[in-house]
Amino acid sequence: MSRIVVITSGKGGVGKTTTSAAIATGLAQEGHKTAVVDFDVGLRNLDLIMGCERRVVYDFVNVINGDANLRQALIKDKRTENLYILPASQTRDKEALTQEGVEKVLEELSQEFEYIICDSPAGIERGALMAAYFADEAIVVTNPEVSSVRDSDRMLGILSSKTRRAEQGEDPLPAHLLITRYSADRVEKGEMLSVEDVQEILSIGMLGVIPESQAVLNASNAGMPVVLDTESDAGQAYRDAVARFLGEDRPHRFITTQKKGIFGRLFRG
Amino acid sequence: MKGIFDYFRSPRQTSAKVAKERLQVIVARERSSRSGPDYLPALHKELLEVIRKYVQVGDDAVQMNLESEGDCEILEVNITLGDKQ
Ligand SMILES: Nc1ncnc2c1ncn2[C@@H]1O[C@H](COP(=O)(O)OP(=O)(O)O)[C@@H](O)[C@H]1O
Ligand SMILES: [Mg+2]
Repeated sequence: MSRIVVITSGKGGVGKTTTSAAIATGLAQEGHKTAVVDFDVGLRNLDLIMGCERRVVYDFVNVINGDANLRQALIKDKRTENLYILPASQTRDKEALTQEGVEKVLEELSQEFEYIICDSPAGIERGALMAAYFADEAIVVTNPEVSSVRDSDRMLGILSSKTRRAEQGEDPLPAHLLITRYSADRVEKGEMLSVEDVQEILSIGMLGVIPESQAVLNASNAGMPVVLDTESDAGQAYRDAVARFLGEDRPHRFITTQKKGIFGRLFRG
Repeated sequence: MKGIFDYFRSPRQTSAKVAKERLQVIVARERSSRSGPDYLPALHKELLEVIRKYVQVGDDAVQMNLESEGDCEILEVNITLGDKQ
């Protein structure tokens, strides 16, 4: 059976694309055949994060319009087995993602893939609604910051009312919280909302906490999903999140300053 | 009344606490307007327009709160006219 998972947030720049690339790669590494789909029409950048921008020939909208078939548009990842990327179109036509078109493509993907990860654009307009509409499950990416949490709450409202499952009166789709760009240091100083604060306000299950990390920029410079940087804190945190997504029970790391304290003491001595 | 800067200055009220309190208020308000019937935003807007025929008030002068008790729905409307001259 195939599952459609939307990576969404409302607010832009919080880490949706970083997360889509990391989660899709992590699932594929675990042996699940996975496709990651860029819904950000006009602002394609998943291909850059995945490092396959030079191999884009056809895109999502080409497939919808019948200019290419799915097989021609899907890019097979060079580093990770079982992983395929469907790039967004660079067209400025925001209407290009029709509901029928998206449904057709997702249905076709469902025949072949175990997981279909939908990288949502920012906002609560068409692109974001289309990315969420057919989802079976959602990962809500949130930064510990007022506007991001507020937008995530709005997005949760949309997920429970404007998705196919909601419209057909089925059970609401499960939504998982992923807090990114977290700084345990600043939380300790009272400068940043804590994991507990955010979770208390949004009250959905916690999939993971990704620390603010230089490894993310390094990875994006190289065009490599950060989860492949197994030495890095962010890479490990994403790996944990993937394991939890697959049902494993793992303790949360990188949410206290403890570890850093020990290193700090070592180096100071 | 305590101004926002007093919060930052007082040692116990950290900026994260301020953020959390603000969020709780915003989210509660948005959720209650979301769960209500579709016409609530329009009703809210028109009420404001009617009141403004007589008194100058800000956008937050009209607060609406929908509650249900059993099979009865109660729409509570609070209109704040501001300071007495
Ligand atoms: N955990 C993190 N630590 C540091 N920077 C991050 C982290 N996650 C994302 N970023 C940075 O934030 C920016 C936005 O990330 P992106 O994934 O493109 O967000 P979105 O898709 O939500 O717009 C990028 O510059 C990215 O490198
Ligand atoms: Mg993005």
